[in-house]
Amino acid sequence: METVLILGATSDIGIAIAKKFAAQKYNIQLAARKAEQLVAIKSDIEIRYNVECTAHEFDAIHYHTHTSFFENLNPKPDITISIFGAMYEEDNAFDEWDLTQMMINVNYTGVVSILNIAAKFYTGRKKGTIIGISSVAGDRGRASKLIYGSSKAALSAYLDGLRNKCFKDNVHVMTVKPGFVYTRMTENLPLPKALTSTPDEVADIIYSAFKSKKNTIYIKWFWRYIMLIIKNIPEFQFKKMKL
Amino acid sequence: MKTKIANWGNYPVIESKEERFVFADQLDTLIKDQQPFIARGNGRCYGDASLSARTISTLKFDKVLSFNADAGFFECQSGITLDQILAVIVPKGWFLPVTPGTKFITIGGALASDVHGKNHHVDGSISNHVIEFDMVLASDEVVTCSPVNNSELFEATCGGMGLTGVITRVKFRLKKIETSLIRQKQVKAANLQELIELFDTYKDYTYSVAWIDCLKKGAHFGRSILILGEHATIAEVNENQRSNPLALPVNKQIVFPINMPGWVLNKFTVKAFNFLYYAKNLKKEINNIVSYEPFFYPLDKVLHWNRLYGKKGFVQYQFVLPLNARQGLVEIMNRISDEGLGSFLAVLKVFGKQESMISFPKEGYTLALDFPIRKGLLDFLDELDELVLKYNGRLYMSKDARMKPQMLTGGYPELEKFKSIIKRYNPDGKIRSVQSDRLLLTEIK
Repeated sequence: METVLILGATSDIGIAIAKKFAAQKYNIQLAARKAEQLVAIKSDIEIRYNVECTAHEFDAIHYHTHTSFFENLNPKPDITISIFGAMYEEDNAFDEWDLTQMMINVNYTGVVSILNIAAKFYTGRKKGTIIGISSVAGDRGRASKLIYGSSKAALSAYLDGLRNKCFKDNVHVMTVKPGFVYTRMTENLPLPKALTSTPDEVADIIYSAFKSKKNTIYIKWFWRYIMLIIKNIPEFQFKKMKL
Repeated sequence: MKTKIANWGNYPVIESKEERFVFADQLDTLIKDQQPFIARGNGRCYGDASLSARTISTLKFDKVLSFNADAGFFECQSGITLDQILAVIVPKGWFLPVTPGTKFITIGGALASDVHGKNHHVDGSISNHVIEFDMVLASDEVVTCSPVNNSELFEATCGGMGLTGVITRVKFRLKKIETSLIRQKQVKAANLQELIELFDTYKDYTYSVAWIDCLKKGAHFGRSILILGEHATIAEVNENQRSNPLALPVNKQIVFPINMPGWVLNKFTVKAFNFLYYAKNLKKEINNIVSYEPFFYPLDKVLHWNRLYGKKGFVQYQFVLPLNARQGLVEIMNRISDEGLGSFLAVLKVFGKQESMISFPKEGYTLALDFPIRKGLLDFLDELDELVLKYNGRLYMSKDARMKPQMLTGGYPELEKFKSIIKRYNPDGKIRSVQSDRLLLTEIK
């Protein structure tokens, strides 16, 4: 049985992905900052799906712990999925450097730190899969998602490069760009129903894309075209828009 | 952000701010907020018991915490649905000790309603099988309750409609099964008298319930089909079923697509439906082996069957009368028949003995009926209430959307005690629902 490591396992999407893979008979390694929150998720997965499930403390911004975190995983995961992220009110983040820095550190630096380690392991073993959750917000910089979007843009570029770097060593890197998802992160936003997915839908789509070794996927196909249009608006026009 | 919500009867519809939690500390934060609220599970109670201007959804608090498959103990968070529990326990040879007619309710909701099933006369209600539960009080304090520990709070919570606190963890005993199949017996009764006798004849069956045509008059008044069942043993099933005796039923669900226009349901269509339902059993008695799903959850197969009653919704009316008040049953059914207020579903069940503070079941006959909302219905139900009280009966709060406070007072002799416990644990009415305000269990502020 293969093992899946889920970084950011207390998020709604993290829980849904853990359940999806467990239902397909993968063993699960849950990692999150508040490890005590993983206790119930772990028992739930073990009992419902009869697979092995372990819980691990992982803090995205404690970079110096990442090597030992990965070294201590036994067995080593066959698939590493990074889901964690931070999103604060953009206006607050613009005003307070601490929030800006935190978003960049979690969404970009933290992911790069841990995925570098996983990628080195996989390329050495000539086998493995990395799945990184980025965002449609990274496709073009916008005022309303200034810091969050730019951190995700950097992440998307990193995942593109990592895919390129690891391909020759039989390591597959998949980039996932969800649009709106009903999660705790978005629960106070009035989201358009037709454009919004549930965490379970996200998990289903990620699983089947993983199975067919897709490179970059948008959750709900039309997001690709929505973002294509947004990307192609000429800058002289775009900069005047409220997006 | 406020959205419109309603429970299963689609009546009433209210504006509510829905908040949810995945972890205990998030619930903590939500409870510390001064805004009054009620906890809400899957919204399958019929009326307004889990409606409030602010609702805290338990649906994401749905983890299985432990399952002892040797001893049959199950422990979980309150937002898990019975459907999800069955998927875990049935393949290991266990079943829910008590289940209502839908599996799409949460275990927390089941306890807050103290649900009963077709086996009430032998196994009581769900609270009889609970080992302990955790609850977060309005004060934010976490308490563990069991029949011996904090027993008064335990009793006031079972059937207490969520007014004592938010149930967060439940540990209960399961029932051992050899197969996931039910040995079913269906017996036709020509009238109410015969049905009552049949209930008595077959009282040793674990599961029993009757579908009853309450529009028929004269000699066939109360014609019905009594449905009985036992968990089938390995020896009782055929070769084919024996190869995988604990198989989960294959889910083939039908979705009822739209709200039916109100005029579709009338005296004639309901009569026709009832005729067909009764006539489909050609023989006096049918014996067969069926999956547990159609036996326990016949309506779950049709998702959104509540749309059958149209946009205005419906109310379910479920009352219980003591065994010696059979005349009352006849009188009430006559009134419904005279009025011609149609009900597809009239379900009769005999409850066994139960003494509890605020739970619905008590020894006697319980009848559940659906009434689509229409002009004059509420007045008519007030009239039925008087009959129910006259015969020392009471109504089920989980199905209620309209009774008056005096109906509750008249039906529940320990109501004052229940109220005093709410006062103690929920002194400022921070936990309140549209129903609790209507029934004066919490004071309207």
